Amino acid sequence: MLSSVAERVYWLGRYMERVENSARLMDVYSSMLFDMPRGSRFGWDILLDITGLRESYEEKNNTLTETAVIRFLLADANNSSSIYSSLKMLRENARTTREVIPSEAWEQINELYLLAKDSIASGIGRKSRRELFMEIISDCQRLGGLLSGCMSHNTAYTFIQLGRMLERADMTTRIVDVGSISLLPAFAKYRKQVGEPFENVVWMNILRSLSGYQAYRQNVANRINGEGVVRFMLQDDEFPRAVTYCLDAINYNLEHLPNHDDVQMAVVRVKRITSEANVFHLLEKGLLEFIDELQISIGDIHEELSRTWFGPVVKAPAPPEVSIVVEKAIAKSEQLEAPARKKAPAKKAATEKAPARKRKA
Amino acid sequence: MKIDWKSYHPGNFFDELISAPGKPRPAARALCRYLASLSPEELDLRKASVIDAIKTMGISFTVYSDAGNIDREWPFDIIPRIITASEWSVTSRGLEQRLRALNCFINDVYNEGKILKDKVVPRELITESVNFRKECKGIKPLHGVWAHVCGTDLIRGGDGLFYVLEDNLRVPSGVSYMLENRTVTKRVFPELFENYDIHPITEYPGQLFDTLADISPVPKDYPEVVVLTPGIYNSAYFEHSFLAQRMGAELVQGSDLVVENDHVFMKTINGLSPVDVIYRRIDDLFLDPAVFNPESTLGVKGLMKAWLKGNVGLANAPGAGVADDKVIYTYVPAIIKYYLDEDPIIPNVPSYICSDKTQMQHVLANLDKLVVKPANESGGYGMLMGPQASKKEREAFARKIRANPRNYMAQPLISLSTAPILGDRNAEPRHIDLRPFILQGSKTYITAGGLTRVAMVKGSYVVNSSQGGGSKDTWIVED
Repeated sequence: MLSSVAERVYWLGRYMERVENSARLMDVYSSMLFDMPRGSRFGWDILLDITGLRESYEEKNNTLTETAVIRFLLADANNSSSIYSSLKMLRENARTTREVIPSEAWEQINELYLLAKDSIASGIGRKSRRELFMEIISDCQRLGGLLSGCMSHNTAYTFIQLGRMLERADMTTRIVDVGSISLLPAFAKYRKQVGEPFENVVWMNILRSLSGYQAYRQNVANRINGEGVVRFMLQDDEFPRAVTYCLDAINYNLEHLPNHDDVQMAVVRVKRITSEANVFHLLEKGLLEFIDELQISIGDIHEELSRTWFGPVVKAPAPPEVSIVVEKAIAKSEQLEAPARKKAPAKKAATEKAPARKRKA
Repeated sequence: MKIDWKSYHPGNFFDELISAPGKPRPAARALCRYLASLSPEELDLRKASVIDAIKTMGISFTVYSDAGNIDREWPFDIIPRIITASEWSVTSRGLEQRLRALNCFINDVYNEGKILKDKVVPRELITESVNFRKECKGIKPLHGVWAHVCGTDLIRGGDGLFYVLEDNLRVPSGVSYMLENRTVTKRVFPELFENYDIHPITEYPGQLFDTLADISPVPKDYPEVVVLTPGIYNSAYFEHSFLAQRMGAELVQGSDLVVENDHVFMKTINGLSPVDVIYRRIDDLFLDPAVFNPESTLGVKGLMKAWLKGNVGLANAPGAGVADDKVIYTYVPAIIKYYLDEDPIIPNVPSYICSDKTQMQHVLANLDKLVVKPANESGGYGMLMGPQASKKEREAFARKIRANPRNYMAQPLISLSTAPILGDRNAEPRHIDLRPFILQGSKTYITAGGLTRVAMVKGSYVVNSSQGGGSKDTWIVED
């Protein structure tokens, strides 16, 4: 398979998952804020921190109203990380890989994009926001089903899965972030105002937003609390949106690809961080920092993966003649002296993840 | 209102289906009867289902505009155009003859240059041609073929005869639309296929693959063939992807390829993998930044050297465009005579070349009656439509001709034939042309029919899809 095609289907998987999880993230945050007592100082801007977009938001906006923030994250075509832009990139990556994905999947992506174009603005107001998010989530799930059920589980599929699982792991950590916000000291005063401990309401919303409420109840405990939920979201190996599950899935898919050793090493490192985490202590102190570290190490998997399969290749198969071998050796030595790697071509429909997040002090 | 053929007036033009109001040509009778039997609701339904089919099949082309590149659905008219098999068998012999002669010509021009020594074609026309590639001198591609894929534009004049309007020997496009048009017609009018024996066209991708496999430097049953595209923003990207898919070939961009030791490889997740044949859909000058445009990011550094050394097949060969220059066009009848000692089966449109003093005087004196074309533009750009131009436009154009006579040729305005399209509620005549595709490797293949392009605007002669043209399915039927 061509490296460039592999890269595009990988990003197809990432954007598909990014669209779905952004909807989940905004949904859980909306419902968390609706549970807060009126007059709370906690605003929509925290969403900008969680998504790492505060800086680019503030370049263009000077208010932090709900409408402005939601519009920016949902429907702003100039924000390359908005749901709308992600859908556009999803479609662009699908359009350029039509020869390797099933046509039903292309049609589904096309429809999802058309839906977004027509009705994404309806999610800016509160009235039909939830409906829109549910629609996006279920369309993405349908697309996942189509791929799993109609596409050969070949190399292209493997790269789609790699993209999905990596993005999902990353986004799950961001959704867990929403919960950790509720642990900030500033929230303490609301804890008394709400009937049960406020953070438990938040954690329940988080489980629901990840469709994990039932699985948690069945497999972990009946009581919902921060420690249980964070452990579940990070360390469960059966629930498909938990970080550990995603990492195992990445590992499994890597087995199907050539030269996967370096990437697998990077996965092992993330797995160690996840499994060695002492969630009890982290909740007392340092969950935010821990999640930052986790996200950076997930980013390392991406770096390793790009370097292995998408980057410029220098290994040529054995040349036919001796004279050419000599010529090649000369060419090689010249190449080694070349100062820098070739720049990535500009044509790529894929863009990098938003830069590392800056957090409010 | 149902379609009423009695109210259909082709006027002074030759109409493909209707010889006079209410009188369909013999081969079109069953079709016209069937169309007239459909209720207005039924017609609307079929029209809607065409739009639907085109949308879901994702047939599109890209239009460049200020608002960015947009993917447009392919404009398609549902009434097919019919050509009889007996007429087509003569026409396709003419097309084959023409391409064989043109390939002899290109091969000669880059090697012995006999036709130039014999002064059948003036030498300066070649040396001054912007499509002449001196880098290709002395090269003898396999089978002596330079233009493996040719799209020849045919028009039918008022006399009902086919004329060659131009040859496209560089990167002709449109064949995917020809194939998709048939698919759409089958979806929308399945009944029609009961009454007609229509020559199938589906074998084209297979024939194209065989033609490309013919030029593999190492003979193999399944050589590694790739389609080289400039990328998703090219107006023909749909076609590149379509053909790659149908041939089972990789669709690559320049950045996917690399030349090492004068051999071409593609970058795959397993490392570098050798490439035997490149069906390139980018222009000569972008092929290799080491030889041509150094700014090009579309091409592959070192590709020309790999080709010159015979390590990779390139279709069409670089430099093939020297023969689709619109001034060389005027010599094609002489070229056919020279190499094949045959008379051309399909005539040229009568033409005047401005590099000839007397002919230029005639052109300048008759600008209001002529169509003037630059030698090397495609897509209908840079032309003067004399009869429709203002005096000011004609004067401006006259200055351009005097400044660079070699760059222009002129033709009388040929009254293109018409065919009915389904307008809002009735059939209306529109001007059309025809682009058949001819393949030449070790053997020759001609499409049954081709792509019929339609000037969708009433009275217009402009059929180019980049300028609002549409298309029709084209049937070759037994008569």
